[in-house]
Amino acid sequence: MNKPLRRVAIFCGLLILALLIRVNWVQFVQADELQSDKHNRRVAIERYSVPRGDIIVDGKAITGSTTTDSGDFKYKRTYKNGEMWAPVTGYASQVYDANQLEKLYDGILTGNDDRLFFTNTIDMLTGKEKTGGQVVTTLNAKAQKAAFEGLGDKKGAVAAINPSTGAILALASAPSYDPSDIAGMSEEEGENYQKLLKDPDKPMHNRALRETFFPGSTFKVVTAAAALEHGLIDDIDARTDTPDPYILPNTQTELKNDGPHPTCEKGSLREALRVSCNTVFGKIGADLGRDKLVETAKKFGFNNSEIDTPVRAGRSNVSTEMDKPQTALSAIGQFETAATPLQMAMVTAAVANDGKLMQPYMVDELRAPNLNVIEQTSPEEMSRPLSPENAQKLQSAMETVVEKGTGTAARIPGVTVGGKTGTAQRGVDNSEKPYAWFISYAKTDEGSPVAVAVVVEDSDAARADISGGGLAAPIAEDVMRAVLKK
Amino acid sequence: MSSSANTTTIGPMGAPSRRNTELALLVFAVLIPVFAYVNVGLAKEGTVPAGVFGYAAGLGLLAGIAHFMVRKFAPYADPLMLPIATLLNGLGLVLIWRLDLEPSITTPRLGGAMAPGQLMWSTLGIALFLGVLFFLKDHRVLQRYTYISMVVALILLILPMFFPARFGARIWITIPGVGSLQPGEFAKIIIAVFFAGYLMVKRDALALASRRFMGMYLPRGRDLGPIIVIWALSLMILIFETDLGTSLLFFGLFVIMLYVATERTSWVVFGLTLSAVGAVAVASFASHVQSRVHNWLNPLELQDGGVTETAQAMYTFGAGGILGSGLGQGYSRLIGGIAPKSDYILATVGEELGLTGVMAVLVLYALLIERGMRTALAARDPFGKLLAVGLAGAFALQVFVVAGGVTGLIPLTGMTLPFLAQGGSSVIANWALVAILLRISDTARRPAPAPAPSTDAEMTQVVRT
Repeated sequence: MNKPLRRVAIFCGLLILALLIRVNWVQFVQADELQSDKHNRRVAIERYSVPRGDIIVDGKAITGSTTTDSGDFKYKRTYKNGEMWAPVTGYASQVYDANQLEKLYDGILTGNDDRLFFTNTIDMLTGKEKTGGQVVTTLNAKAQKAAFEGLGDKKGAVAAINPSTGAILALASAPSYDPSDIAGMSEEEGENYQKLLKDPDKPMHNRALRETFFPGSTFKVVTAAAALEHGLIDDIDARTDTPDPYILPNTQTELKNDGPHPTCEKGSLREALRVSCNTVFGKIGADLGRDKLVETAKKFGFNNSEIDTPVRAGRSNVSTEMDKPQTALSAIGQFETAATPLQMAMVTAAVANDGKLMQPYMVDELRAPNLNVIEQTSPEEMSRPLSPENAQKLQSAMETVVEKGTGTAARIPGVTVGGKTGTAQRGVDNSEKPYAWFISYAKTDEGSPVAVAVVVEDSDAARADISGGGLAAPIAEDVMRAVLKK
Repeated sequence: MSSSANTTTIGPMGAPSRRNTELALLVFAVLIPVFAYVNVGLAKEGTVPAGVFGYAAGLGLLAGIAHFMVRKFAPYADPLMLPIATLLNGLGLVLIWRLDLEPSITTPRLGGAMAPGQLMWSTLGIALFLGVLFFLKDHRVLQRYTYISMVVALILLILPMFFPARFGARIWITIPGVGSLQPGEFAKIIIAVFFAGYLMVKRDALALASRRFMGMYLPRGRDLGPIIVIWALSLMILIFETDLGTSLLFFGLFVIMLYVATERTSWVVFGLTLSAVGAVAVASFASHVQSRVHNWLNPLELQDGGVTETAQAMYTFGAGGILGSGLGQGYSRLIGGIAPKSDYILATVGEELGLTGVMAVLVLYALLIERGMRTALAARDPFGKLLAVGLAGAFALQVFVVAGGVTGLIPLTGMTLPFLAQGGSSVIANWALVAILLRISDTARRPAPAPAPSTDAEMTQVVRT
């Protein structure tokens, strides 16, 4: 009986061998994959096992951590003035994962980033408790406050940029939410989250960065830039041969101005911008043609779905398939033209920065828990939509808008301010409340420290009172003042 | 006795008893769990647990008593089995105690702390171990109870059908005042006794009275009877008790013993064919088998938006990596319920002791199985051989089915990992199993009786197999 016995022994040996191979496969080959699987609760337990590092604005933390006794997780995220900063920080929830900066820099904030390996090892050896690193933003607390309080109960967004660097100074969205309300895992926080999801006003949407709106007349700045860059117009004070009303090419459709503007007929570029002539810019668009308009718009950042601040901005759109009359409409910010507030702030910033568009960014530094800088963002040029001469011409025209045009509400004594209003009509036959836009920049002797775009999506104001100059410009003014410290 | 005096003939000296080896190994087998116990305490509470001296003394005392009983009643028994069983049992106690420290899986509804109960069952198990060594002077006595064993085994297997299902399987019986028992664990030993007795008698008929067909010996129809009965029985266990593991175990056990007894490969082919047919037949209409197979093929799939037990077990193994998180520092409780203490205890080993720890545990099992196989090889009587191979084979199959199921090698079946997992019946039955193996190995390794003094011719007749 020994021969089959030996075989049985070998068979049993093979069974054990199979088990050994299997555990090696699972615990060695598959281990990393299993450890980082998104459904593996250990990932979340690990994430909340140490106090999360902070997001910093102006040297002060706008986030915090508190201990909880809710089950697995030791620490919970807290936010200071969460509603105001939500479009910047995003949220970090024990249940609903995280988004925006909280998600993108999760590794730094939890202290698990590979770049922190060395400091973590030292800390482990010296017995220091592990903590997270810091994310230092470029935001300006005062500008953010001005933007958020300016929006108040209205629905809308504000984006402000430093034109010379691209650093984002303000990013406000209203209505907003407090990420603290959904940070933990209690039943109440779960209900809060569901309520936020179901809210028709969509408070969790980042309007400043990720929502697109019809830019309306503010897009005329882009059209003007295209006209100057492509040599269609050389002298901004020279009269054009625009009729009023202007018949859209190949159609019988009349393009009219918003109210009686006698100076629009054969109006110069400066005058057309000052009173916001649809006719002049519609004709410029049609004369330029689709490709030239799109080319300039692209240089400003339109049609680019990869603008990372590092939170990815929504894609602003100019149609690349439109015909001639549609191009004329696009040139005044209608048809399929859509822009994020950030995009319009970039347009303004590029003009204010003498034609040079800087890559927008909102994270200045990443710091290890011991505050060593492990990554520093340096300003980067993104493109040059305008030559310096043309940029200065456009600045001059935009400054006229604020001095004695539609944008007088944004005037700041002693400071040069350029701007453009926009009242974007919406809905079939203009049936919905229009968006009120205002884009502007302020300028001092050392160049321009701030460019800002404001959109008010909806407000309680009576329909006739909704205008870029009336609703949005004062907010822009407050933001610029905050940056200028005036 | 000097070796030069025994170069030409086999004298009465035989193999050394190796009792001191066993004692030395036992010291390690007690020390390792004690250190593990201290480790858990330090990791979970930052202090050396107060119970450590009690635990060390208790485990040491049990091991010591067992050792001296072996020394007295089975002096030539294999020296490895008792230390391995002690080490596994001790580690299992530490792991269960460690899991008891997780409040979320130690609620009163889940039965509360289980380590004290397990300690009691382990003590009972060792008592049974001692009882077997004391009362069973010769394993061949068991041969007398061949048919009684069969009846008892059948009763034990059928009994759970009259009790309500627990945790999805009908493998428990509840005795008021004592608690729940899994009779299948005991049936495993008793059925091995029955097979050994039955096959020893019938092996010639089964092996020789067969027709040759396509190079294989096909058994005669009437000899096929028992194998068909066992096949049907294991299918019935599978269907009525929804217990995949036990049915696989019994059928595998029978095929192994039949093969060893008859030395005919055709039986293996037959057995495999029948089990394949049975498996396919059951899998095609039993939903719980289908869901197990489905979970096995898609281990990380979500169900009702939640993570499955299978996925949690995979995460637990993955989390351990090569060296593990350290005792007391893992999250195997996420598997949920009492599963980490019972079926999935290997996952805790995997997470907290890492790949290294799991391989060490598997090697311990391999060694124990290998010692059982050695015992079968060394046994001089066919009944002992068959019984030893049956017990060692059952043990091997059980380890494979559980560990393979938990690690995702094969579909999961609910069975306990011998000695390690929480479960009274399991730990008691396995101590008894080791005791019987020790008894057989003692008989096998015991030196041949001293020959008559002056007759050289007779001496050469002592043949050792």
